Amino acid sequence: MNNSPTATQLAPTESLPVVTMISGPVLKICPASALSMNELVEVGKERLLGEVISLDHDVATVQVFENTSGIRPGTKVQGLGLPLYVELGPGLIGTIFDGVQRPLQYLQHQWGDFIQRGKIGHPLDRERVWTFSPLLSAGDQVTAGSILGEVAESSIVTHRVLIPPGKEGKLELIVPAGKYTLDDVIANVKTPDGTIHGLKLFHRWPVRKTRPYAKRLIPAEPLITGQRVIDTFFPLVKGGTAAIPGGFGTGKTITQHQLTKWTDADIIVYIGCGERGNEMTGVLVDLPQLLDPRSQHPLIERTILIANTSDMPVAAREASIYTGITIAEYYRDMGYDVALMADSTSRWAEALREISGRLEEMPAEEGFPAYLASRLAAFYERAGQVETLSNKKGSVTLIGAVSPPGGDFSEPVTMHTKRFVQCFWALDKEMASARYFPAINYLQSYSGYSRKVEPWWSEQVASGWLELTEKAMQILQEDAKLQNTVKLLGEEALPDDQKRIIEGAKLLKNDFLQQSAFDAVDTYASPQKQFLLLDIILYFFDRLAEIVAVRIPLFRALELPVVVEIHRLKFTQKGDESAPFLAIRQQIDQEIETLLQQHHENSF
Amino acid sequence: MKNPDHITGPAGPILEYIGLERINGPLLVVQGVKGAGFDEQVEIVTPDDKIRLGRVLSISEDVAVIEVFEGTTGLNQLTARVRFLGHPFEIAVSREELLGRVFDGLGTPLDGGPTFSEGSPRDVNGLPINPVARAYPEEFIQTGISAIDGMNTLVRGQKLPIFSGSGLSHNDLAAQIVRQARLLADDEGFAVIFAAMGVRHDEAEGFRQSFEESGVLKNVAMFLNLADDPAVERLITPRIALTAAEYLAFEQGMHVLVILTDMTNYCEALREVATSKGEIPSRKGYPGYLYSDLASLYERAGRLQNRPGSVTQIPILTMPDDDITHPIPDLTGYITEGQIVLDRTLARKAIYPPINVLPSLSRLMSDGIGPGRTREDHQNIANQLYAAYAKARQIERLASIIGEEDISATDKLYLSFAKAFEQQFLKQNDDENRTINETLDLAWQLVALLPEHELTRLKPKEIKTYGTKKGSASEDAID
Ligand SMILES: Nc1ncnc2c1ncn2[C@@H]1O[C@H](COP(=O)(O)OP(=O)(O)OP(=O)(O)O)[C@@H](O)[C@H]1O
Ligand SMILES: [Mg+2]
Repeated sequence: MNNSPTATQLAPTESLPVVTMISGPVLKICPASALSMNELVEVGKERLLGEVISLDHDVATVQVFENTSGIRPGTKVQGLGLPLYVELGPGLIGTIFDGVQRPLQYLQHQWGDFIQRGKIGHPLDRERVWTFSPLLSAGDQVTAGSILGEVAESSIVTHRVLIPPGKEGKLELIVPAGKYTLDDVIANVKTPDGTIHGLKLFHRWPVRKTRPYAKRLIPAEPLITGQRVIDTFFPLVKGGTAAIPGGFGTGKTITQHQLTKWTDADIIVYIGCGERGNEMTGVLVDLPQLLDPRSQHPLIERTILIANTSDMPVAAREASIYTGITIAEYYRDMGYDVALMADSTSRWAEALREISGRLEEMPAEEGFPAYLASRLAAFYERAGQVETLSNKKGSVTLIGAVSPPGGDFSEPVTMHTKRFVQCFWALDKEMASARYFPAINYLQSYSGYSRKVEPWWSEQVASGWLELTEKAMQILQEDAKLQNTVKLLGEEALPDDQKRIIEGAKLLKNDFLQQSAFDAVDTYASPQKQFLLLDIILYFFDRLAEIVAVRIPLFRALELPVVVEIHRLKFTQKGDESAPFLAIRQQIDQEIETLLQQHHENSF
Repeated sequence: MKNPDHITGPAGPILEYIGLERINGPLLVVQGVKGAGFDEQVEIVTPDDKIRLGRVLSISEDVAVIEVFEGTTGLNQLTARVRFLGHPFEIAVSREELLGRVFDGLGTPLDGGPTFSEGSPRDVNGLPINPVARAYPEEFIQTGISAIDGMNTLVRGQKLPIFSGSGLSHNDLAAQIVRQARLLADDEGFAVIFAAMGVRHDEAEGFRQSFEESGVLKNVAMFLNLADDPAVERLITPRIALTAAEYLAFEQGMHVLVILTDMTNYCEALREVATSKGEIPSRKGYPGYLYSDLASLYERAGRLQNRPGSVTQIPILTMPDDDITHPIPDLTGYITEGQIVLDRTLARKAIYPPINVLPSLSRLMSDGIGPGRTREDHQNIANQLYAAYAKARQIERLASIIGEEDISATDKLYLSFAKAFEQQFLKQNDDENRTINETLDLAWQLVALLPEHELTRLKPKEIKTYGTKKGSASEDAID
C-alpha cells in the first residue's frame, strides 16, 4: 500500500477545518474545536475573510465578508487566532473604507474600478511618513490612554498617539521628534510582568468590544448642526443619541450629509451602511471642496468614511457599524467630540436578519432575530460623553437613520430604536412630497435634551432662548389644532385672532423651519442667526395682535412690504451681524404704526 | 448513480450526475455531489437530450440544491442528468453580437442569428463598483417630457424607476423616453438594452415596433422572458441584460439606457424560489434579502471616473393594488435614485403621461440642473410648482367638503392653477418632444395664475426675469 497515505500522515490534514456547507454568505466549518467565537478565519486559496459567529459541538458557523460564489465543500479554512479588529492610527482621516476597513482608494488604485474579492490591503498606509512629536520621556510611568505624542494628521486634526489598553507600565524608550512610518517602533513599554512591548503609531482593537474610558459624564453641551428645526426644537448634545426614521425619499441621507458638513464636532465618521454608491461618491466629491466654518479647512480633513453599499457583501455591512463606532471611540479617547452617522441602521438590522435566517434561528418579529433589540441597545450605548483614560473630555454622538418598510414607524427596528435614543427626528412623507424640507414633523419629533442645552444658549447666544422656542412651538401646536377646522371649513371661516395663529405658524414654517440644503447661504444657520430669525418672526407675530385687536383685517398686515423682507432673511443673512435684523424690526414698527394710524384716522 | 461521470468540457473536466434526490417546485436536490461550488452554473440534461440551465443555491457535503431557470416540468428523478460547469453563470458578449438583436431570457438568440461566441465570458452577477471609482452623475438628459425634465430630471447614470399600476401607460412612457431622450442624440455612442420579465407578447412587440419606427433598433438588444416563459428564468434575465450593458458602457464607452420591465414579475419569481426552499419570509411572503437582491441589480447603474460610458436604468414595476407601500415599490424606492409615479386618477382624466409629481422624485435632479446645465431658475420654479400643486390638492379636498363657492378667492386661483397644471404641463402627446426651455417657460406661465405673494419659493429677481407672461397660460390652446 505504498501510494496510499498512512494514518499518521493523514492526521494533521484531517484536523484542519474545512467548509462543509455554503449558503450565501454563511458557511459551516468542521472540525471547529480549535476555533473560538468571533475569531477571524481565512477561507480557501483566495483567503476570503470571515468571522466565526456560532460554535456548536464541532461545527462552526462563519459569516464571510466577501462573495462566496464558487466556494466548495472541502475548501480549507484557517483560523487567524484573533477577533475582527480595526487598525487605529494616523491615516484614518480622509480615508474611505469598506465595512471591514479595507481601504477603498487603495483597492481602486491596485485592482481597478470594481471591487474584487480576496483583494485586501493594509487599512492604514504603511509607506506614508508622519511627523511625530513625543510628549513623554523615557522613565515615565504610563497607563492606558496616556498620550505618548502627537502627529499632525490633517490640517484640522492633531492625532494623539495613545498607549493602548493592556500596555501600561514604564516607558523604557521613546524616539525623538522626527519622521516615522506606521511600521516603526516609536516606544518601548515595560509592563509590570517584565515584558517589553514595542509600540507603533497604530494599534489594533476588536470592533465588537467597547473601548475603555475613566467615567461617563452627563452631556449638556449642544451639538450645533446649523439646521434650525433641529437646533431650535429638537437639539442634540455632544455625546447624545438621535434617530432619523423616514420612508424612502423623505430626507434621511440629506439630513445626515448636512450634519456631516456643518456640525461642530471635531471628527465625523460617516457610515454608508447598505445604501447607494452614488451617495458615497457625492460625499467624496463635496467634502474636499467645502470649508469647515470654524477652521476654514476642507471638511474632508476631519472626516472618515465607511462605505459598504447595498451591493457589497451583507456580512461586511453588518460589521460596518462596529468598524465605524470603534474608530469613533478611538478619537473620543484622544479627547475629541466625534459625531457618527449611520445610514441606514435598518440595512444593518436586515443584514442581521439575513444571516440569522441562514442560520435557521427562531425569528421574532417580521423575521428579525430575537436579539435585534439587545444589539441595537448595545450600539447606542456606545455613545456618550466621557472622561477619557487620560482625563480629557471626549464624546461620541450617534445619529442613526432608520428606514421603516412602507414608512410605517410601528415596525421592529423603529420601535426598538425609539427605546434607546433621546432624539427622534421623525420624517414625514407628506411634507417631503410637498418639497417641504427638512421634512421633520415637529409634532411627532422630540428631544430629551431641550432643557439641558438651555443654559448654553442663554450664555452663548441670548437669554430668553427657551421661552422663545417654547412660544414658537406653542404657535405651531395651536396651528395644528386649528388645521383640523381649516380642513373642514376653510381658513376663511376662522376669526382673525385664530387666523393670526395660522399666519404666524406659516411664517415659522416657511421662513424659519424650512431650510434648503442646496442654497449656499441657507444650508447652514449659526446659532446667532437662528436666534435673530426666530426673534424677528415672533416679534412680527406679536405686533399682529395689535392689528387684530382693533379689527383691521389681518390680510392688510400680511401684504405689508416688510413681510417679503422677512421671507428673504434666511437666504440673505448669515447672522454674524444683528444690524439687518434691527433694520427689519424698525421697518415692522413703522409699517404697523402706519397701518394703525390709517385705521385710527379712518374710523373717525 | 452516486458516481459522477467525468467529461471534459472546454474549460476542463465537468462533473455529471445522474438522478435526483428530490424535485420541489423550481428546485432540484442532488445527493452526493463532490467538487461543485456555491452559485455554480448547472446544466440539466433531459431524456430527450435537451439542456436546461440552473445554478447552485446551496451546497453541503452531501446535497446540492439547484434552481432550474427553465422550470422542472417533465424532469424525471431517475433519468435527469446534472452537470456542474465549474463556473458561475456567464455570458460572452461582444458589441457586434449584441446590438440589433433579440434574445430569450437566458441569452439564446431568437432572431436566428449567431449565439454569443466572441468576447471573454463574464459572470452575470457582476462586481460591485468601488464607490471611489464612481463619477457623480450630473449630466442632464432631456426626455422631452415636462413632468420629468421640469420636476424630476433624469441624468446620465441614474436609476429612475417608473412605479405604475396594471393597465397604466408605463410602456408608452418608457418607449417615449427611449425615442426622445437626448442621451441618444449622438448616433453611434448609445445603446438600449431592453429586458422583459414576464411581459406579454404584445407589450414586447410594442417596444420593438417603437424602436424600429424611431430608427434605433440597430442599437438595441432585447432580452425577452415573456409571460408564458418559465418564471424562474426571470431571475437571470436582468443580470444578463446588465452584464451586456456594463460591457457596452464601461468597455465600449457607450451611453446605455436599460429598461427592465416588469420588476414585479422578477420579485414574484424570487419569492417562489424562496418559498420552495422553505425560507422564513419577511413582508408579504417576500424573502428578507429582497432589498439586497434588488440592490444587486439597481446598483449596476452609474458612471465611472476613468471610463467614458454610462449605464442609466429605467426599471418599470406595477404596484400590486396600486399600493406604494407594497414591498416591491417600497424596497425599490429605497434603492433607486427617485421614482416616477403613475396615477390612476390622472389616467382617468385622460391625462397622458399620468405622472403624479407629488410622490415622484429625482434625487439627482439638483446636481443635473441649474446654470450651465439647464437654467438658473430651474430648481426654484420646480419647487414652486410642487408647493403650489400640493396646496391645490389640499384645497381640492376642502372644496369637495364645503363646496367650491365657499372657498377663498386665493384658493379658487389655486384650483385653476391645478387644472391648468394637469391639462397643460403634465398632459402632452406621445410624440410631443418639449425642450427644457419650453417646459420651464410653461411652468412660469402656470405660476402666473397665482398671486405673487403666494410664490414663496421664487426669488424676487427670478420673478422679474422670468415671470413676465402673466395670465397667458389660460389662453394657450390645450393641444
Ligand atoms: N434639507 C433638504 N433640502 C432640500 N432638499 C432636500 C432636503 N432633504 C431632502 N431633500 C430632497 O429629498 C430627496 C431625498 O432625500 P434623501 O436622499 O435624503 O432621502 P432618504 O430619506 O435618505 O431616502 P432613502 O431612504 O431612499 O435613502 C433629496 O434628493 C432632495 O431632493
Ligand atoms: Mg438615504
